[in-house]
Amino acid sequence: MNLWLWNLAEALLMVGLAPLATAVVKRFKARLQNRRGPPLLQSYRDLAKLFAKQPVLAEHASWVFRTAPYVIFAATALAAAIVPVILVAMPLTAAADVIALVALLALARFFTALAAMDVGTAFGGMGASREMTFAALTEPAMLMSIFVLSIAAHSTNMTAMIDTVLNSGLSLRPSLAFALAALVLVAIAETGRIPVDNPATHLELTMVHEAMILEYSGRYLALIEWANQIKLLLFATLLLNLFFPWGMAQTADAVSLLIAAASWLGKLLVLFVLLALFETWMAKMRIFRVPEYLGLAFLLAILGMLSHYILEVGV
Amino acid sequence: MTNISWALAAPLLALAASLAGILLHSTRDNQRRLVCSLLLLSALAACGAGMAGLLSHPDTAVLPIGLPWLPMHIRLDALAGFFLLVIGVLLGAVALYSVGNLRHLAEHRSLTPLYIFLPLFVAGMQGVTIADDAYTFMIFWELMSVASYFLVTFEHEQDANRKAGFLYLLMAHLGGLLILGGFAVLYAAGGSFEFGAMRAAALTPPWASLAFLLAVSGFGMKAGLIPLHAWLPEAHPAAPSNVSALMSGIMIKVAIFGFLRMVWDLIGLEHTAWWWGALVLAAGSSSAVGGVLLALQQHDLKRLLAYHSVENIGIIAIGLGLGMIFAHYHYPTLAALGLVAALYHTLNHALFKGLLFMGAGAVLQATHSCDMGRLGGLIRRMPRTAALFLIGCISISALPPFNGFVSEWLTFQAALMAPQLEGTLLSALIPFSAAMLALAGALAAACFVKVFGIVFQGMPRSRAAAEACEADGWMQLGMAIPAVLCLLLGVLPVWILPLIDVVPQSLIQAGLGKSAAGGWLWLTPIAPERASYSPLIVLVALLLAVGAFLVIHLRSGEKRRTAPWSCGHPHLNPRMQYTAVSFSQPLRRIFADLYQPQDKLQRSDHGHPLLVKKLRYQVHVQDQAWRHLYLPIKRFSEWLTRRVDWLHHRPIHGYLAFTFVTLLLLLGLLL
Repeated sequence: MNLWLWNLAEALLMVGLAPLATAVVKRFKARLQNRRGPPLLQSYRDLAKLFAKQPVLAEHASWVFRTAPYVIFAATALAAAIVPVILVAMPLTAAADVIALVALLALARFFTALAAMDVGTAFGGMGASREMTFAALTEPAMLMSIFVLSIAAHSTNMTAMIDTVLNSGLSLRPSLAFALAALVLVAIAETGRIPVDNPATHLELTMVHEAMILEYSGRYLALIEWANQIKLLLFATLLLNLFFPWGMAQTADAVSLLIAAASWLGKLLVLFVLLALFETWMAKMRIFRVPEYLGLAFLLAILGMLSHYILEVGV
Repeated sequence: MTNISWALAAPLLALAASLAGILLHSTRDNQRRLVCSLLLLSALAACGAGMAGLLSHPDTAVLPIGLPWLPMHIRLDALAGFFLLVIGVLLGAVALYSVGNLRHLAEHRSLTPLYIFLPLFVAGMQGVTIADDAYTFMIFWELMSVASYFLVTFEHEQDANRKAGFLYLLMAHLGGLLILGGFAVLYAAGGSFEFGAMRAAALTPPWASLAFLLAVSGFGMKAGLIPLHAWLPEAHPAAPSNVSALMSGIMIKVAIFGFLRMVWDLIGLEHTAWWWGALVLAAGSSSAVGGVLLALQQHDLKRLLAYHSVENIGIIAIGLGLGMIFAHYHYPTLAALGLVAALYHTLNHALFKGLLFMGAGAVLQATHSCDMGRLGGLIRRMPRTAALFLIGCISISALPPFNGFVSEWLTFQAALMAPQLEGTLLSALIPFSAAMLALAGALAAACFVKVFGIVFQGMPRSRAAAEACEADGWMQLGMAIPAVLCLLLGVLPVWILPLIDVVPQSLIQAGLGKSAAGGWLWLTPIAPERASYSPLIVLVALLLAVGAFLVIHLRSGEKRRTAPWSCGHPHLNPRMQYTAVSFSQPLRRIFADLYQPQDKLQRSDHGHPLLVKKLRYQVHVQDQAWRHLYLPIKRFSEWLTRRVDWLHHRPIHGYLAFTFVTLLLLLGLLL
């Protein structure tokens, strides 16, 4: 029971800290570009403002358009609750494994795309078409790269996977390197960061995510924005905890939990600095280069799988 | 009544329905009601018999009809029971749907042929599942094929339907011939047409392999495995919608049943060579990805759904192939996992594909068109159909908490057990097929966003779509049953799996057993520490989250409605929306090597290339199987016909000479 409560607390932590995480990335990016950047609490203020505003709907928006934000937010928040953040052994990881995690994110995306198609504007269709096309390539790449780990761990349960990495010591495995590279590429694409999509644009012909949510306003927009922020934190945590789980608490006592929380925050900061550096250094790709990029992620993941079989099985 | 008489009641009731169709041809309303009620009763009998077959011991009977020395043997075992159940569940829903659907069809023409052949088709499918000798099996198999030919060509005024019907008949019979060949091999070994003798017969490896190859190509042709699928996307859309639902939902599953009966049961998995499973796995993977890629480029709703059947048969075949590979390497529990995943997907696909075809039928009836370029905005005119169709879309896209996700999850779990086969070539092949499965799932989601978005959302693209009417109560009821079952099967797999688990226990004497029963809450196919999934928790969490926010927000009511953002352009019109063609354009470009799209751009301008008067863009994606397989075969057979043409133009003594030479040759063979 205690563990369930702790799981709930971690989920709330993820959902609550998500806006801050996005603000931190923005801040790092701004500093790198010699700007001051918004204050760290600005994301919360934006959300509060949006929640308070009266939503404006398109004339022939249907119930799909109105329920989609709730489904998107619920699915993303549930996905965030599955990922172990501080404590390795979490009860919810047994309720839904990595495959379910990918599927929950896919559910959120499915409804985002449906909502985009709902009003019948060209922007919505364009965004949905592109998003689903890219997703068709990112999703298998993500599953494959995670499968490399789960085959090594003989489990698709995230707790078991993290345990395996924690206990196998610092043995360097080529398959894990491939899987990590693939998952990094996937995470960038899934969270809509540069070079795949630019989170800072509005009304550009190359936009993907923004094109889908163009018609949203008020609390609907707030929910979608928030879900998106959760997604960024979720992918960052997933990358860190699957491949660099050192420091995570294996027992639920106060000292190790504190250490784990501190190391999680530390690792997150490092990752976000890297992300900001990367986004400052790179330009956005042309839209039809993206499939090549995602194909690369898919190939890397399959290579990881093959190298696991060729080099590591039975060794 | 014994179990077997329940199983017999199902096809008999269907035959009675066919008879009622003939006798009552003068009073259309009574004809429709009686045929549909008898079909519903037949469905209930099939469900009852199916449950009995799953829950109790095999039951056999010998019917004193048939050839003098060969009475008909029937048998109800777990495998037959499972497939009878699948048939019964969907048939019940379709029977209710037909009450409404056929009333509208009857306004335009006499439906007597439909009332005769639809029940015959159903009786054929039910009969195949309970057959216990090769003769009975083939009789019912051909009944199913021939009756469905008349359903495919029901609207025979249209040239395309006649062509589709001919192709279907041709391939159904070619498949039937191959299956007959398979039975011939088993007959030669067992010395009897009865399945019992065939099961007991010991086959030498080459003969077993031959029988397997004949079975996989014969049943694969009926199931629509790539590259034997060419008839499927032609025939399924041509039939009336309730028939398409049955053909896509259960007829191709009967082929899966035939494959299981022949390869897993009669030949027996103890004789498998390693490449059997690999072949099925490869065919399944290519069907899964090939089917969905082709589906993405279809703009006719029913044709698109038909291509998705190819995809889903591929997913089922992946499960079966995994099972066969594990069985070959003596991992019976894992083989059972592969089989259970395949059977679960069989049941799921019957439900959601039946639902989607019925939805397509409702759309067709309301708008008289299945061309996605002429639909749109139906969610406002047909809200209930739209909601039910959406459930089908989510289920087929393998998204939680619906049923498609559970069976794909189980298939993934089976594929992830590949490391057990240490150091074999196959263990590297299996993850590749898992990758194909993941790709197929993601592409299916893209395809169904397109389907729902173009057909039901946005603005209507034609007047017919703008003035569409909601389907009537019977049709809604027919669609609601599979929709509810999709959710239940997605949420309560733990209660369903023990039922399905009976099938591997009877076929390969191994099941998931206790490991599957990790309490009523947890789905743990192998062991709790390996993988677990609790759909109920996922559902409850989703509902809680959605509910909490709805409660918060229902209070703060007031929403303002205004025109959508149009970049300042004064009038948005329906033609500015994305279409089915433009939605799939990025994928067409990415997979251009596979599609080889042929596009044509016509433009006319006012004397300067920038002053465009009219633009017309056409793109055509052809199924590459036609170009690389079917057309060469067609050319070859035409060439062969021309070569032997001279034989046909002989005088009478020439023909007599041929007859004489043939007789001599045959005598020579006999002596």
